[in-house]
Amino acid sequence: MSCPDRIVDYMHDYLDEEITESNKQELKQHLQACPDCEQHFRELEKAIAFVQSTSHIKAPDGFTAGVMAKLPQEKKRLKMGRWFKRHPLLSAASLFLMLMTGSIFSTWNEDQEFSVSKQPNLVVENGTVTVPEGEVVKGDVVVRNGKLNIEGQVQGDVTVINGEKYLASAGQVTGEIEEVNEVFEWIWYHIKEAASNAASLFEGEEKDQSLQ
Amino acid sequence: METIVKRRIKQMIKGDQNAYEEIVELYRDKVFQLCYRMLGDRYEAEDIAQEAFIRAYINIKSFNQNLKFSSWIYRIATNLCIDRIRKKKPDYYLDAEVPGTEGLNMYSQVSADTARPEVELESLELRDEVQKQIAMLPEKYRSAIVLKYIEELSLNEISEILDLPLGTVKTRIHRGREALRQQLKNV
Ligand SMILES: [Zn+2]
Repeated sequence: MSCPDRIVDYMHDYLDEEITESNKQELKQHLQACPDCEQHFRELEKAIAFVQSTSHIKAPDGFTAGVMAKLPQEKKRLKMGRWFKRHPLLSAASLFLMLMTGSIFSTWNEDQEFSVSKQPNLVVENGTVTVPEGEVVKGDVVVRNGKLNIEGQVQGDVTVINGEKYLASAGQVTGEIEEVNEVFEWIWYHIKEAASNAASLFEGEEKDQSLQ
Repeated sequence: METIVKRRIKQMIKGDQNAYEEIVELYRDKVFQLCYRMLGDRYEAEDIAQEAFIRAYINIKSFNQNLKFSSWIYRIATNLCIDRIRKKKPDYYLDAEVPGTEGLNMYSQVSADTARPEVELESLELRDEVQKQIAMLPEKYRSAIVLKYIEELSLNEISEILDLPLGTVKTRIHRGREALRQQLKNV
């Protein structure tokens, strides 16, 4: 049998619905005259029909719940937002106090430069910090004004201030993940730090709230 | 549907986790199906399909909102399946010997089944056979064939999902079809 190779190509073009009218005519005429190619074509169509006929299956029960349960914790800032709404006066007062000290904004301005916590196995390149695949970085990672790309693992908290983070998958960070992207959030980040250093006033409030 | 999805994604980016639940509900069957046809095992398929949704959630900020969410989740799922296939088992080849059938290769095994008379398309046995044959395709043909004939996507969408030029997608589908023809012609 010596059929031109293009005949099989035409069959596939036909199946992709991307055949020109003249090639289609040539294919048709050839199939009518050549039993081998006709069989080849039928077998292709049969294979497709078989694949398409495998009945459509559904995801198992509990699939969605399983996904939702495995998602990382809801962003802290959403919870903080709620707290601010519930305690407008206290929020305003604490902000005022913080701003009065004047330290916040001056630190903010100093903080516009790229910086990263110092762990030996972090790779820093053009403002992007990478936790390489297969590496385990110990301790909290803090990146300011840069990108953080986590391919390996971090044993500690991750904080990205005024930047972006990218995680290759879940469960790579053992601690909490936090992104601080705006001045306001950034102030809040400082308030929280101050608060946790001091008498953890806010956390006490949070507990009272949950008892109500 | 994509408009609803886009709205939910905006809510998600703001941190509203519940918005994601609706997205998962919309795409879970398709993503699970894709993983099942790629991996051939329900438990593995569930595991990988869930992982795909979790990764999509974590990386939602890197999702280009001008694209279809479905293409993006399919891409994540396909890549995870391919990773899993490469890590776990060696690929089947048509000329590989099956233990206990010395001298017979997959081709002759397949053709040995031909004595069977007219098979109903709905029969469980046939469906399993077809699934088995899909699972025997080399993974690069398998992903293209599954996206084309089971998920019923256009060549352009497949090229976007697999991040491959259209020409390469066509070649893979053509070769996948030829391989399936060989494997299924006597079923
Ligand atoms: Zn011919």
